[in-house]
Amino acid sequence: MSTLVEIRNVSKTYERGKQKVEVLHHIDLNIAQGDFLALMGPSGSGKTTLLNLIGGLDSPTQGQISVGGTRIDNLNQGALAKWRASNVGFIFQFYNLLPMLSAQKNVELPLLLTKLGAAQRKKNAAIALQLVGLAERAGHKPTELSGGQQQRVAIARAIVSDPTLLVCDEPTGDLDRQSAEDVLGLLQTLNRQHGKTIVMVTHDPKAAEYATHTLHLDKGALVEAAAHA
Amino acid sequence: MKYLHLIWAALFRRKTRTILTLVSIIAAFLLFGLLDAVRVSFAEAGQSANGAERLQTGSKLSFIQTLPMALQARMAAIDGVKDVAFVNWFGGAYQDPHNQVFTFAVSENYLDVYPEVSVDPGQRKAYSDDLNGILAGEVLVKKYGWKIGDKIPLQSQIFPNKEGSKNWSFTLRGIMKSKDDKAFQSQMIVLHWKNFDETTPYNRGQVGWYVSRVKDVNDADRVAKAIDALSANSDHETKTQTEQAATRNWIKQLADIGLIVTSIMGAVFFTLILLTGNTMMQAVRERTSELAVLKTIGFSNGSVLGMVLAESVMLLLLGGLIGLALVSIINASLPAMSGGMITNAAVGWKSWGLGIVLALAIGIVIGALPASRAMRLNIVDALAGR
Ligand SMILES: Nc1ncnc2c1ncn2[C@@H]1O[C@H](COP(=O)(O)OP(=O)(O)OP(=O)(O)O)[C@@H](O)[C@H]1O
Ligand SMILES: [Mg+2]
Repeated sequence: MSTLVEIRNVSKTYERGKQKVEVLHHIDLNIAQGDFLALMGPSGSGKTTLLNLIGGLDSPTQGQISVGGTRIDNLNQGALAKWRASNVGFIFQFYNLLPMLSAQKNVELPLLLTKLGAAQRKKNAAIALQLVGLAERAGHKPTELSGGQQQRVAIARAIVSDPTLLVCDEPTGDLDRQSAEDVLGLLQTLNRQHGKTIVMVTHDPKAAEYATHTLHLDKGALVEAAAHA
Repeated sequence: MKYLHLIWAALFRRKTRTILTLVSIIAAFLLFGLLDAVRVSFAEAGQSANGAERLQTGSKLSFIQTLPMALQARMAAIDGVKDVAFVNWFGGAYQDPHNQVFTFAVSENYLDVYPEVSVDPGQRKAYSDDLNGILAGEVLVKKYGWKIGDKIPLQSQIFPNKEGSKNWSFTLRGIMKSKDDKAFQSQMIVLHWKNFDETTPYNRGQVGWYVSRVKDVNDADRVAKAIDALSANSDHETKTQTEQAATRNWIKQLADIGLIVTSIMGAVFFTLILLTGNTMMQAVRERTSELAVLKTIGFSNGSVLGMVLAESVMLLLLGGLIGLALVSIINASLPAMSGGMITNAAVGWKSWGLGIVLALAIGIVIGALPASRAMRLNIVDALAGR
């Protein structure tokens, strides 16, 4: 399997006033194309920080990150935004849908940044909603959907522009067991059937079981752990 | 334009708040539209083409001070003067003291200095022949349904007649027509100065002001100076101006309408900026995580800035247009509602233009701060709720 994400000697330092805090220390990591990686670790260990670097939401203080052969550690904000639009899908713990828009319009959002016409955008969004099993809820507002359904809409939004990489920050952290399993099953399907590479931060060992690998992060450094079958 | 539905959705995210804000914007622009119509009609008063060749001579002290009659002949003798007419304020009310009708006692040659006003020759003769006759403007005649020969009772606020009563009665002998319905003459009444002077014990050969016409417009300044020179160092010094300047000065003496209107509007819009600015700021602050999501998805800093700016401009334009449209409706129905008393000008394209420019400008001013905040928003911090 080829490597999709290559992380070389990456450190991240935050400045809190005059105090500098290094939250990631010299991380080296390869993520293979088609991998489903679970990232675990105690609170404050730097999971979100690492995930944000992989997804191009933030840039490292030191080191190199390349995704699909593109160096993203030295891109400026504008270039990163463009890169994210076509390469990464994001899924958050609290779904982060726009409350005023219907499920359909939420899913269409990333397509507004493409050259697709209105009809094509509508069609693609409908397909994505169908894939997550919510075709009949297209016209519903987020407040009219359960947490699990909202998260599935968020997944539809993440995959609608067909990115190679999905990054998920505790996607089941706010869900009950059943909804969590639905969401995890869906992610697994996306990984297995559609070849999406997934990096998922989670606190839940059961959630991590859906992944192909699990990595542990502690105090800003990686701790290797056994891979699942 | 792809983003229009996003902007619209953001705008009405909090319906009640947005509608309340919208109402205050509508109110501000309603006020603006009404006051601007007032400002414009004051500015337009006395700007007829004939106004430039007409001079008005009044007391230098105050427009209520009168001048001696003897000045007429001396003014007429000045080189370059065509006609000299004179006028006294009568100030009539018809039927009800609130029904103010602008009424003036005028010299026999009054109509000669206003060639833009036309009176049927037969009617004009009938008026000349009847000392108690009056001429009334076309708009007034229509409004009250008067007919030639009608007895018109008018109440003067100031001047009693021979019996000591302020209730006068005149006979309508003719109708003053002018091309422009807004012209002063189409809304006023003139009576014979001779009748006025002989009847009221309060006026003994005194004249309110003179209106003269110069032969050459370019000569107006020289003639004006020559007229004022006649009364220099007397107890009735005069001030002569072209009609346009005089009209404006007259209004200035009452109050500087333009300045008042501008100050009121300034205060109103200042309040509006603070109010809606605060609302926009709050609205954007509440949406921090949504804006962060848009950026996460790949919306550029510039488009986030544009969307927030567009949102506030849209809010202002929406309120502004509704406000101005209401002004149009009110102005269209005012003449009917007031029985023709108020004939406020329709909202001119200039008022609309100014209103729209104001709405755009205020929208940008209000949107600038929240928009730049949205633009500078750090995704990672916003997502983490920092
Ligand atoms: N923008 C920032 N400024 C300052 N410190 C930060 C910033 N972002 C993260 N940190 C700090 O870096 C450390 C790692 O944060 P991170 O959010 O990556 O942890 P996490 O592993 O995701 O924790 P959790 O499981 O609670 O989500 C924490 O100590 C955090 O306080
Ligand atoms: Mg985290």
